[in-house]
Amino acid sequence: MSNQIEEQSVRVADICDQMSGLEGPLLPILHEVQEEFGHIPDGAIQTISKKLNLSRAEVHGVASFYHDFREEKAGKHVIKICRAEACQAMGADQLGEQVRRHLKVDWSQTTTDRKVTLEPVFCLGLCACAPAAMVDGKVVGRVSPDRMNRLLEEVRS
Amino acid sequence: MSLIKEVDYGTPAAKSEKTVTLNIDGKDITVPEGTSVMRASMEAGIKVPKLCATDMVDAFGSCRLCLVEVEGRNGTPASCTTPAADGMVVHTQTDRLKKIRKGVMELYISDHPLDCLTCAANGDCELEDMAGAVGLRDVRYGYDGGNHVKVRQNGEENPRYMAKDETNPYFTYDPSKCIVCSRCVRACEEVQGTFALTIEGRGFESRVSPGMHEDFLDSECVSCGACVQACPTGTLQEKSVIEIGQPEHSVVTTCAYCGVGCSFKAEMRGEELVRMVPYKDGKANRGHSCVKGRFAYGYANHTDRILNPMIRESVDDPWQEVSWEEALRFTADKFKGIQAKYGKGALGGITSSRCTNEETFLVQKLIRAGFGNNNVDTCARVCHSPTGYGLKTTFGTSAGTQDFDSVEHTDVVILIGANPTDGHPVFASRLKKRLRDGAKLIVIDPRRIDLVRSPHIEAVAHIPLRPGTNVAVLTSLAHVIVTEGLFDEAFVRERCDWDEFQDWATFVSDPKHSPEAIALITGVDPEIMRKAAREFATGGNGAIYYGLGVTEHSQGSTTVMAIANLAMATGNIGRPGVGVNPLRGQNNVQGACDMGSFPHELPGYRHIQDSATRDIFEEMWGVKLDDEPGLRIPNMLDAAVEGTFKGIYIQGEDILQSDPDTKHVAAGISAMECVVVHDLFLNETANYAHVFLPGSTFLEKDGTFTNAERRINRVRKVMTPLNGFADWEVTQNLARAMGLDWNYTHPSQVMAEIAATTPGFANVTYDLLERDGSVQWPCNDKAPKGTPVMHMDGFVRGKGKFVVTEYVATDERTGPRFPLLLTTGRILSQYNVGAQTRRTENTTWHPEDLLEIHPHDAEQRGVREGDWIRLVSRSGETSLRATITDRVAPGVVYTTFHHPETQANVITTDFSDWATNCPEYKVTAVQVASSNGPSDWQVEYDRQAEHSRRIKPRVDAAE
Repeated sequence: MSNQIEEQSVRVADICDQMSGLEGPLLPILHEVQEEFGHIPDGAIQTISKKLNLSRAEVHGVASFYHDFREEKAGKHVIKICRAEACQAMGADQLGEQVRRHLKVDWSQTTTDRKVTLEPVFCLGLCACAPAAMVDGKVVGRVSPDRMNRLLEEVRS
Repeated sequence: MSLIKEVDYGTPAAKSEKTVTLNIDGKDITVPEGTSVMRASMEAGIKVPKLCATDMVDAFGSCRLCLVEVEGRNGTPASCTTPAADGMVVHTQTDRLKKIRKGVMELYISDHPLDCLTCAANGDCELEDMAGAVGLRDVRYGYDGGNHVKVRQNGEENPRYMAKDETNPYFTYDPSKCIVCSRCVRACEEVQGTFALTIEGRGFESRVSPGMHEDFLDSECVSCGACVQACPTGTLQEKSVIEIGQPEHSVVTTCAYCGVGCSFKAEMRGEELVRMVPYKDGKANRGHSCVKGRFAYGYANHTDRILNPMIRESVDDPWQEVSWEEALRFTADKFKGIQAKYGKGALGGITSSRCTNEETFLVQKLIRAGFGNNNVDTCARVCHSPTGYGLKTTFGTSAGTQDFDSVEHTDVVILIGANPTDGHPVFASRLKKRLRDGAKLIVIDPRRIDLVRSPHIEAVAHIPLRPGTNVAVLTSLAHVIVTEGLFDEAFVRERCDWDEFQDWATFVSDPKHSPEAIALITGVDPEIMRKAAREFATGGNGAIYYGLGVTEHSQGSTTVMAIANLAMATGNIGRPGVGVNPLRGQNNVQGACDMGSFPHELPGYRHIQDSATRDIFEEMWGVKLDDEPGLRIPNMLDAAVEGTFKGIYIQGEDILQSDPDTKHVAAGISAMECVVVHDLFLNETANYAHVFLPGSTFLEKDGTFTNAERRINRVRKVMTPLNGFADWEVTQNLARAMGLDWNYTHPSQVMAEIAATTPGFANVTYDLLERDGSVQWPCNDKAPKGTPVMHMDGFVRGKGKFVVTEYVATDERTGPRFPLLLTTGRILSQYNVGAQTRRTENTTWHPEDLLEIHPHDAEQRGVREGDWIRLVSRSGETSLRATITDRVAPGVVYTTFHHPETQANVITTDFSDWATNCPEYKVTAVQVASSNGPSDWQVEYDRQAEHSRRIKPRVDAAE
């Protein structure tokens, strides 16, 4: 376990060294760390703060501001459903209800088999095609209950 | 007396010399350009409602309460972030603004508990004040929705609720009361410079978080309390206020810890101290404080404090509590007997750098005029005596050249042998602020201290020299500056002795002083040396700050002079932003030196053999003074061992713990017939004492302290002395018992005597201090307002003197038996020998002294983290626990000396500075080995201490 943590901190330090020359390097580094580990481990925050000469409070403040930086790894697939006004008007609440029942999870939770994480999102910029969702980074518009069922089957398979 | 309420202008003062005039609510007001509309309003006497703004931090513009309307502009800008402009017409109260403010307040209160009557902040809550100011009458939203206030919501746990964090011993964090104004976060960043706090999450989830959602105690927080002071609600609250309630009056006084000399408001309820709040008008601290000054005053009422005088015939007897009369009579009889039997010179005394100027003056007067000799010394002997000698020789004055504000004008700082974030935290915060604004820092220190690199600051060069090689390093920096032609010739020709400069320049230019040549001695990379020298010589205003890592060496005085040389050669003397700045360790060590505490000097650093000076005092005191310098502390101890020195009066110093080579000190004082200790606690020295006179704290007396910038600050009595008398009264009563006719009724009369006899203090009076708050000496007809920066138009001694500084290695060397070098220092939460801070909650952070050792050295010896180790030197041995860190270089170990159990000074040797006898604490050759626990000496010492501290209570005559 401690070996794993050590490897992790070496890798995070590498990422910092590669990117610390950028203007405003903190966000790109956090993105890269999340890309690498699937989340932002506590240990990574310590390493990043030392490397960038920031306090760990500051790095924690930035990382916790953005919902997309995760404290824990997500499931294999991530479904985001827009819950903002336009999508609500076009049935996003019912869509959310359908998915929660199907996956037996609440918002911001992952299925017990770690396959799917369900997350709310507030506007994907697809109001004209409401209700909208995002599956593994790809946006999907006009998500009818049927279409959602097909998407769910795909991610559960 | 009432509670001092300082005006909060909302945003910091602008520094521009250009002014603008604007009209606010019909009033014309002229302010410096860059002033916010909020501050301009306040200066015009118009309060704009506000929550997230306070003048200790920059404007933020988040609370939306301070909105105003500006004619000709759209919308309602925040007055805190809107700069005042010429011709602007501002309205702070319109129907539109009133409506918006009420709406904003209503939202704030909808997520804030309504327990105001039982809230600790009641009476000191800005949220409450603003609710009143905007006329909030109703909160329409209720608490049924999401909130941070209720523990349980609709029968279920409320996930947003966070419990109180009470881990810090001095304050609590109650997230349910937080309005997320981020004043605490900004105070931690901008004022303290630690960046321990953040706002985590966003929107309604935003919370104040220490570290990464940690407890305050586990986070990076250093407990300076700036966040508590900044908090407008009861979210961050002193535990003392929670326990006692709101204060009803306050008195401005001066902190009794380090040499920064912070001004505080002691906020009182009757005679009970509720809290200490740093005073904004305090010119040393500008409204900031550290954990010691703000919080660590609990020792004043600690049960260990001795409140009754005690005597005993032999140190093997238990103490006998007696009346003041009896104790003083006993002392006077003993002292007189000693002088009759062994001669006038068999007595002496030690003044205290912890006591006031007036008290110190009286102790040296008692010795010179009462004992009839000059056997007076002070704890500055063991810290900054080389500063006095070195700066007097080169500049002509035994003191630092600047005020603390000077750091705001500095461009490049050399910090040598000082660790301000631990030893002088408030100065460190001011330095860090300047560094974040672009000044450069060069650190010369064997250890990687925090200032080398910590959030948002980084030294351009760290010179990790081998302990004991300061002179070699400084001479080598001068070598680079002279040989590369970077010195300020115009300055040197005008201000300094040119011939002496040339001699010195020839000396330093010798290739044997080049960074490359000395690298073998110092262990420093020559490139770093050259870089540092160039930065300092060419970087603009250069200032040198130094501490005991400079003075506590066998070449301490030489190092001080090398520093002075460097400052003169680069033209960095005589204006704001430059200078030579000793960071004084104790609250009044500058004052104790000024007040004639040294055996060869009368007050004002005038030699005892100068008959004109003696005449002044002989006339004033009506006695003949001895014209021979007396004994220094180490000489007194030597004489005691030889049997010619028999009695001593020690005010407020624990020489057994603080002086080097503990065994030698113990041998000296146990050879005396009458040792009188005048202190708050039964300190380690008291184990060998025959008389104990209880002392008073800084809260219990009037007087003055002089800080590191020569600033004379008032100390004001806020409570009756628990022991019955202020220390100056005790000394006076002892003098009377010895037959002297002293009749001071207030310390101001002592100050009048100081002013009448000492030219640098000629115009200092309590009236002046009352009027101006403080004054920096010299203060006389030539400088009636005091002297913030010295040597402005030429050096006090005439021409600045360059002194050739040849490096001579200390006799204390490593070898096969003692291969490591031990250096000592201190830590933020503890102070000096710890007599006070160990009796406060500050022990939470530092319960014991630890030995810092490099991983390489630890591995070689099989030492693991937390192991007990044996630390052995030529002088002695002790045991403590080890901590493994690469802050120290291989071959160097480091410890603190805050705890008597550690007995770090059993290890240190009796080598000392060639000029002043200042002990060489910073270099001791040692060996480290595994151990099972305390050494025999420690066990025996504990037994002896326990035996010696037995007290028999006073028997009343009636019984």
